[in-house]
Amino acid sequence: MLNSEVKVTHEALVSLAGAGVFRGGRWLVRGVDLAVHPGEIVTLIGPNGSGKSTTAKTALGILSPDEGRAERRAGLRVGYVPQKLSIDWTLPLTVERFLALTGKVERTATAAALEATGIPHLARAEMRNLSGGEFQRALLARAICRRPDLLVLDEPVQGVDFSGEIALYDLIRRIRDDLGCGVLLISHDLHVVMAATDHVVCLNGHVCCQGAPKAVASSPAYRQLFGARADATLAVYEHHHDHTHLEDGRVLHADGSITEHCHPGDGHHHHDQDHAHDHEHAGDTHVPAGGDGAARQDAGEAGHAR
Amino acid sequence: MLDDFFARALVAGIGVALVAGPLGCFIVWRRLAYFGDTLSHAALLGVALAFLFEVNITLAVFAVSVLVSLALLLLQRRASLSSDALLGLLAHSSLALGLMALAFMSWVRIDLMGFLFGDILAVSTMDILAIYAGGVFVLVVLAAIWTPLFAATVNRELAEAEGLRPDRANLVFMILLATVIAISMKIVGVLLITAMLIIPAATARRLSGGPEQMAVLAAVIGVIAVIGGLFGSLEWDTPSGPSIVVAALALFLLSLSPLAGMIAGMRRGGAAAKTEGERP
Repeated sequence: MLNSEVKVTHEALVSLAGAGVFRGGRWLVRGVDLAVHPGEIVTLIGPNGSGKSTTAKTALGILSPDEGRAERRAGLRVGYVPQKLSIDWTLPLTVERFLALTGKVERTATAAALEATGIPHLARAEMRNLSGGEFQRALLARAICRRPDLLVLDEPVQGVDFSGEIALYDLIRRIRDDLGCGVLLISHDLHVVMAATDHVVCLNGHVCCQGAPKAVASSPAYRQLFGARADATLAVYEHHHDHTHLEDGRVLHADGSITEHCHPGDGHHHHDQDHAHDHEHAGDTHVPAGGDGAARQDAGEAGHAR
Repeated sequence: MLDDFFARALVAGIGVALVAGPLGCFIVWRRLAYFGDTLSHAALLGVALAFLFEVNITLAVFAVSVLVSLALLLLQRRASLSSDALLGLLAHSSLALGLMALAFMSWVRIDLMGFLFGDILAVSTMDILAIYAGGVFVLVVLAAIWTPLFAATVNRELAEAEGLRPDRANLVFMILLATVIAISMKIVGVLLITAMLIIPAATARRLSGGPEQMAVLAAVIGVIAVIGGLFGSLEWDTPSGPSIVVAALALFLLSLSPLAGMIAGMRRGGAAAKTEGERP
């Protein structure tokens, strides 16, 4: 399912082939094909409960797939920023110590990571006293100070203000450039992704569509909303769905048929990149998450509706 | 020096405190206090089985503790009950089974109070040997699994993703806990082992700026509690096991006072610079 423009010159760091995870009597996600190569940024998007985190965890080996395969390169060094992490108040844990959580880190690497994420002054602060944005930066600092081959970031900019978000996306791109690592990034926004993203995968229990994002500049609505500063950092992803997820979980296809599930091989799909939008988003299944969602959503609909 | 029963009690108690402190930190961090209780209650079943099959008591207690840990792991995966309900089930059913088994063996005359509350003053040189051999084993293994165990304590999935095998560390931790319970039962007794694990660690919490520091402090505080408790029991003729726990409680209350808060603030400032980048 990967597009041919994705470079396959290197061995993939991690790859999923037809991977599906079945938990609690239902498929959380099914039939996911995905690969991250060195130096490549892959962004996962999709509504809440669409299986983004599940997919990332399957790629990481935290969950084992119930169908299909998940493969990681031998000796892969991973830096992981989980979506949720709570530090128990009984744990005395400074930011500095947190950075060495899963292995010894050079002091210079610690300092550089804190500097890069903009929190050098918090080195000795207790983790549980950090604000949401500071905590998110500490998580990112910890993941990058290990100098990983693969960086997996589950909504890394949640709770970070807009200018901070742009700065962190810039940072992720720089880290990719410096380390040459692959990045698997889960975005909390359905339409706006990192400009440096090579490949976007839109999930909703399965891969709905995928492709490359478009520069913000090409969409006047976005340019107006984000300003020129975001031009180089943010990009717009235009969905090309040929089916709709109904509220009862069934799937309405472009040809008018309705099925219980949605499989790439069931004949209803036409995964070409050049077809027009032929679907409506039923209900609230495609509302961007996050408190700043309202403004983005408007812009999203504007860009989305063409 | 070990000829004197009081000296033996001191040496044995200090040995237990040195091991219980660091392990107790994980009990506190992971909210496993009730799990410690369960294992120690199950220890009485171990005592009964030791008499039945005429094997070493410490060994039997260790074996039963490990079995109860594994039973808990299995039940957690299969049963639809919450962990604390399962722990209560295991704790009290094994305690009841142990008491019944002891009652059946009418030919065995044992001092039940000794097992429930400990009999540190009757510690033999062999017991001391067992405590220190077991204690060194526990501390060495704990140091070896420290990074994965601590990472798994903060976040299991993070540890798993970065290749630390947290499940293995958790299993080893349970075995270490079973060891500590087996070797410390004679000192403070089945009913008070959890206190030795938790109270020193809880006392150390307010005074420490990092996990390693808290583990060391908990050991030191446990040692002070043992020394204070034993001398107190000598002075006022109180039962030794409970006296140690009361001494630990006194230290905990002291750590809540404003004075301790000031010391902690000063320590944290200096200690953070000193322990920077260090790991065991």
